[in-house]
Amino acid sequence: MLEAIGLACVRGERRLFRDLAFSLAPGTLLQVHGPNGSGKTSLLRILAGVLAPAAGEVRWSGRRIGALGDEYRRQLAYVGHQNAIKDDLSGVENLMVSERLAGADATVALARAALARLGLKGFEDVPTRALSQGQKRRAALARLAFRRACGLWVLDEPFVALDATAVREVQALVGDQLAAGGMVVLTTHQDVAIRAPLQQDLRLGT
Amino acid sequence: MSRGTLGAFTCMVRRDLLLALRRRSEIVNTLVFFVIVVSLFPLGVGAEPALLRAIAPGVVWVAALLASMLALQRLFAGDHADGTLEQIVLAPQPLGLMVGAKVLAHWLIAGLPLVLIAPLLGLQFGLPAASLGILAASLALGTPALGFIGAIGAALTLGLRGGGVLVSLLVLPLYIPVLIFGAGAVEAGASGLAVGAHLSLLGAFLVVALFFAPWATAAALRIALE
Repeated sequence: MLEAIGLACVRGERRLFRDLAFSLAPGTLLQVHGPNGSGKTSLLRILAGVLAPAAGEVRWSGRRIGALGDEYRRQLAYVGHQNAIKDDLSGVENLMVSERLAGADATVALARAALARLGLKGFEDVPTRALSQGQKRRAALARLAFRRACGLWVLDEPFVALDATAVREVQALVGDQLAAGGMVVLTTHQDVAIRAPLQQDLRLGT
Repeated sequence: MSRGTLGAFTCMVRRDLLLALRRRSEIVNTLVFFVIVVSLFPLGVGAEPALLRAIAPGVVWVAALLASMLALQRLFAGDHADGTLEQIVLAPQPLGLMVGAKVLAHWLIAGLPLVLIAPLLGLQFGLPAASLGILAASLALGTPALGFIGAIGAALTLGLRGGGVLVSLLVLPLYIPVLIFGAGAVEAGASGLAVGAHLSLLGAFLVVALFFAPWATAAALRIALE
């Protein structure tokens, strides 16, 4: 269970939001809406524990995420608006690195399967520098195919630059994650419908 | 250290070495800078053998200092720019250890070549064979310490405009003790004194930097990402 209690965020001189509170039960999708600059990315970074909130706290299973540390991070998969892939490494190499860092025993076969699922078959060994914007996004999202065991996915604009086929594939991944009792927090400006048994919507900047 | 943590550590070292291998110019840059700076001195101060022999340890050490500082800015900048740093911070691994892995890889790329080529440059200054060995040994102990200390500065100036100059201002004063004992070891050896004390002190600096710098760097990185 993920809880946000009285969250506030200040960037520079501007207060983006205050007294933000919600709690997510397993299997819940939280979609964060709001215009540009309303603090969606900041909220997601606070939930991931990269950014410290100006006030309030985030709790996972009743404990502060700061106190949980690695225990929380093991439960977390975060895809930011940057792809976090190395231009000079191939898709497979990038995936292997990120899985090893996550402490998982990744194999090349699994990495290839994950990339194939995101429609990158045939591009697994190409340096990602040579891929298009959408293909790079796919390579970044391929991480999610590995992270079934994670309790929480935090996705910042996952559908940016993706074509219709890839959007469907990511929707399916998110659907699987929710069906398995995981939680997903995502922001998107696109009109992408995700069928979720439990869904909450959060509007920022209103 | 659990198996997953060890795996993450070696993976990080291998990743950075692989990236350097695919961008070879960066390895060569530091090395060429080092060689050129050292070679400028005989041209500047004249070819008086006794004088050159006397200034050699200091010149080589100062050049190594500047070369390792030049390389510092690349330590985290690439990972910061493409978002991988965020993923490293979010990985369920001790961040200090990941920093240690990055600094180790960085030393293998930017520091070790300097250690290996320094005796050759020493010859250019007419250093005796015994001094060449001490020079290499002092650099082998000193340059990793420079890397660990410099990592703190690199992390603190991450994402700042004009970070390159700032990192020099932050880090150079901290490099002074390493410079004094590094160059001192070679000078002591040349004048027939025991070098053990100098090298032990360099070793001590390395151990202290090895244990404390990664945690300070990790804290700085977390701040830089906010």
